[in-house]
Amino acid sequence: MIIKTKKNISGNEITDPQVFRDRRKLIKALLALTTAGSGIGSVFAASDYAEPGRLAHNGLANNLVLTPKGLIQNYTNYYEFSFNKQDATKLAQKLPIDPWSVEISGEVEKGGVFNLEDILSGQTLQEYIYRFRCVEAWSMVIPWMGFPLGGLLKRAQPLSTAKFVKFTSVYLPEIMPNQKNDAMLDWPYVEGLRIDEAMHPLTLLAVGVYGDTLPKQNGAPLRLVVPWKYGFKSIKAIVKIELLKRAPITSWSGFAPKDYGFYANVNPSVPHSRWSQYSERVLGSGFFTPRRETELFNGYGEQVAGLYKHMDLHHFF
Amino acid sequence: MIINNLKTKITILCYLPLLWLTVDILLSNLGSNPIQALHIRLGDWALRFLCITLAITPLQTITSWRGMANYRRMFGLFTFAYATLHVLVYLSVDHFFVWQVIAIDIIESPYIWFGVIAYLIIFALALTTSKRSQKYMGKYWKKLHRLIYFAAGAVIIHYFWQLKGNLLEPLFYALIITLLLVFRLLVIIKSRQLARLMIPRGRLVETNNSIE
Ligand code: HEM
Repeated sequence: MIIKTKKNISGNEITDPQVFRDRRKLIKALLALTTAGSGIGSVFAASDYAEPGRLAHNGLANNLVLTPKGLIQNYTNYYEFSFNKQDATKLAQKLPIDPWSVEISGEVEKGGVFNLEDILSGQTLQEYIYRFRCVEAWSMVIPWMGFPLGGLLKRAQPLSTAKFVKFTSVYLPEIMPNQKNDAMLDWPYVEGLRIDEAMHPLTLLAVGVYGDTLPKQNGAPLRLVVPWKYGFKSIKAIVKIELLKRAPITSWSGFAPKDYGFYANVNPSVPHSRWSQYSERVLGSGFFTPRRETELFNGYGEQVAGLYKHMDLHHFF
Repeated sequence: MIINNLKTKITILCYLPLLWLTVDILLSNLGSNPIQALHIRLGDWALRFLCITLAITPLQTITSWRGMANYRRMFGLFTFAYATLHVLVYLSVDHFFVWQVIAIDIIESPYIWFGVIAYLIIFALALTTSKRSQKYMGKYWKKLHRLIYFAAGAVIIHYFWQLKGNLLEPLFYALIITLLLVFRLLVIIKSRQLARLMIPRGRLVETNNSIE
């Protein structure tokens, strides 16, 4: 399954409201599931997702082919658990996600610690089909369920001094072996965005994928999704969102600043110090299929290039 | 006769990783990124055969069993075979011969440079593996074939540099190759020492005596 056309790829494909009305129930159930955590999963078993290989949405001017669910669920980095993707998926099942609360603090009027249900209550969950490009040069197309981060931040009323947003992942060394062993990165995992990036309508907090709640290995119960940046920016299992005056030191950037910048915008003309970012393997594509040529901002340039108008992207990579 | 038999058995063993890989392809057993899995497994086997090849001479020294040179050649050729498949899979299964993308990928990926260096060396060694070229090249043959240690070093760098930081596996191979190299160096030093001890000692004693 190659995505052949490089033009005409709209930023995000929000599900048609018609389709969506039917899915309202589903979202309610989703909410119930995130809070009550009991067997509602089967309610959405018969969903109307395109089979892999078919276009995600018939009749819409886009040609994103969804990556099969099984691939999304079995191919994900979660270094807190393991450096190996398969092991990480298995180990992540031990993560307790219910109850879950998120602290919102820093340069805001209305900070506090909120239950996940409170965080979700004011937001409209929608489906967003985004490309996902990992710094390891593979990519997927993922139907996320979530809401724009901006909506949540606005509710907290950022002060004019808030210039950056820092996200922190859960720290549970008893459950996360690499945290316990102090392996590699400084734990907990930290990511960050500039405030205008965080407020951008493409930037999401996701609670689900493929019409169901997020699998634990994919960042349950709440993760960031920034589709024009490398996947490691899209931090999983968020417990804290801080608005700051200055840029935070983020995990990968702190670990290897030459290889991983703060911005980490997808950019085929800025290679990693040891490998090229010019092309990517689209997961789900068969043997003897060429790689996809990676696009600047992962193809979302039309929507986000304005954020970086006067910046040298080779310097601020 | 027994040796021949053993050699056949070992040859069959050397094909097993390939068979196993073929079965996994047919059963779609290669996980979520089968192209990468295929590629990585061939690379891993090329490296393992390289280690085995390097281990033959030390084994010969320890067991003082001659007749292992044949095995060294055979394992060397399997190293070449798996490395060639590794490269071919990269070019065909992964890139489908889109040369422009391949060129940029190689140019911009320093870790691949070391794979290429290793492959060129292994290729040259495979080309000159025959007894005839050994005779023809004389002392240069040995010099050329010592490059295998450079190939091993290049593969280790090739391996290390593609990772984001989880370095345990390449460390394991780096350790094995270092041990094998150290062993050979020790043998060389030892034999030089032995040579020195055996020949000049008598005279040394004499001169000492004469001084007294
Ligand atoms: C033209 C020469 C070569 C090219 C273009 C090449 C290319 C690559 C690439 C692209 C990868 C990364 C796979 C991935 O993680 O996606 C890789 C991995 C690897 N290659 Fe090569 N390679 C070459 C030669 C060699 C040779 C000669 C050997 C060994 C004798 C070798 C052994 C390996 C090993 C051990 C790995 C890592 C496997 C793992 O992660 O476990 N490569 N190679």
